[in-house]
Amino acid sequence: MLKTMRDYIKSLFLLELFKGMKLTGYYLFTKEFTVQYPEERAPMSPRFRGLHAQRRYENGEERCIACKLCEAVCPAQAITIEAEPREDGSRRTTRYDIDLFKCIFCGYCQESCPVDAIVETRVYEYTRDPSNRVIDKEELLKIGDKYEAQISADIAAQAKHR
Amino acid sequence: MPEIRNYTLNFGPQHPAAHGVLRLVLEMDGETVERSDPHIGLLHRGTEKLAEYKPYNHSIPYMDRLDYVSMMCNEHAYVRAIEKLLGVEAPIRAQYIRTMFDEITRILNHLMWLGAHGLDIGAMTVFLYAFREREDLMDCYEAVSGARMHAAYYRVGGVYRDLPDQMPRFENNGFRDKADIDRLNRNREGSLLDFIEDFTQRFPAMVDEYETLLTDNRIWKQRTVGIGVVSPERALQLGFTGPMIRGSGFAWDLRRKQPYAAYDQLDFDIPVGQNGDCYDRYLVRVEEMRQSNRIIKQCIKWLRENDGPVMVDDHKVAPPSRQEMKEGMEHLIHHFKLFTEGYCTPVGEVYSAVEAPKGEFGIYIVSDGSNKPYRLKIRAPGFAHLAAMDEMAKGHMLADVVAIIGTMDVVFGEIDR
Repeated sequence: MLKTMRDYIKSLFLLELFKGMKLTGYYLFTKEFTVQYPEERAPMSPRFRGLHAQRRYENGEERCIACKLCEAVCPAQAITIEAEPREDGSRRTTRYDIDLFKCIFCGYCQESCPVDAIVETRVYEYTRDPSNRVIDKEELLKIGDKYEAQISADIAAQAKHR
Repeated sequence: MPEIRNYTLNFGPQHPAAHGVLRLVLEMDGETVERSDPHIGLLHRGTEKLAEYKPYNHSIPYMDRLDYVSMMCNEHAYVRAIEKLLGVEAPIRAQYIRTMFDEITRILNHLMWLGAHGLDIGAMTVFLYAFREREDLMDCYEAVSGARMHAAYYRVGGVYRDLPDQMPRFENNGFRDKADIDRLNRNREGSLLDFIEDFTQRFPAMVDEYETLLTDNRIWKQRTVGIGVVSPERALQLGFTGPMIRGSGFAWDLRRKQPYAAYDQLDFDIPVGQNGDCYDRYLVRVEEMRQSNRIIKQCIKWLRENDGPVMVDDHKVAPPSRQEMKEGMEHLIHHFKLFTEGYCTPVGEVYSAVEAPKGEFGIYIVSDGSNKPYRLKIRAPGFAHLAAMDEMAKGHMLADVVAIIGTMDVVFGEIDR
């Protein structure tokens, strides 16, 4: 009986609604949780898998030796490689294309690469013209050159766990 | 005498409350639903068929994309099926990591469900609050795997990498002062485990907040109590699993009934509903979040105390470490063999299921002894739930259909596969 009375009074004075509004009111005056995106970024893990890049050794020689392991391991079959011996006799790619429309960013290519040539960088803000969806070797190397400091730092940070 | 006929209404596939691409053909008598006919297949991507043409490991990233709000649980079912087929057992530390991330995934999924369900039936605030917590859990996903959603973290024989020792931090920028950055970084000082532990300390209070907003709220109750009632008998007959059958009063949970990973070592309760209506299923899921939080805490404690490998040592199944691969010829050969050919499984068939947030997510593999599955069948919990749409919605109003879709927690990635 008492409980029914209490419930009735609670419901009459919209108690549960006011409780909810108290909560939302409280959050009106606390610090916001969002970050202002273009000016500031959310933290990013060194394991992040973003846009691909190809790396070079310190002497400027490209790392990729055209073993085609990434081509074989790619679940989406987004990578196309053609290779032949270079004039100096070393084996290099003549074509290294990644179809970004097919890529699912699983990270298997960087996992498989025996010379750490193909990596996935932290870059996630990029746009591409649909007519230009394939990212070729020159472009990959250019991205690699641009972000090399970050890439090698990220690989070093992960060395223990790889 | 004019003939009175029922009105046929198309609901979806572009309706915001249709949770993706559900198309419902509703036969209406006024505003009452006489019959509802779910049409599926608009998100069909042929995952099962694709898997037949790929070595086993290549399909792991595709498993993330089935139920795209409970990614790692799908991977777990797939990886476990192959492990069962191969007779490989993941190291105990990997089992605990998997358990912990399964529960993180459960919270992720239930938060998404809670937010979307609330949004569907008129409670917008919870959605925003739920996403606040999801952000932290996504950071955990990113810290271990490098992707916020499609992790591809579980591997046959363990997990890809051990947990990181450091959490990424907010960097100084001109937009905030240093004190503010320090405040944001306060829980990121230590390792990933510290970060998750901090989350588990905060999370119960967050669940209390959701409950303050919803549980007693009269609008919420009017929209959910007595809607979509399923009796325990019918729930069994319809093949319900997960919170759907627990909401009807059956304490059926694969984590308890067929323990896998580290669940038999952990202490947790299975919440059960009484009436089998939308409100009970809501309560069950909210309680499940609290229980998941409890499990995560236990996993953190174990993981702190015990170190060890996270991947089996058998290089026929798992790749050698980076260092080994660069130094040893034999390891390099293993590395190449594994990434090109993969591994061959013995002839046979296997079914393995995990308790995904939505119910029993099962993978059935038939192997002909090659390095690809001969046939892969995915048992998606949402499919069985959606099949009960007609029965659950019959006699309810049009607006209740939205509540019923919400309570079923359908995700079309897994239903259409």
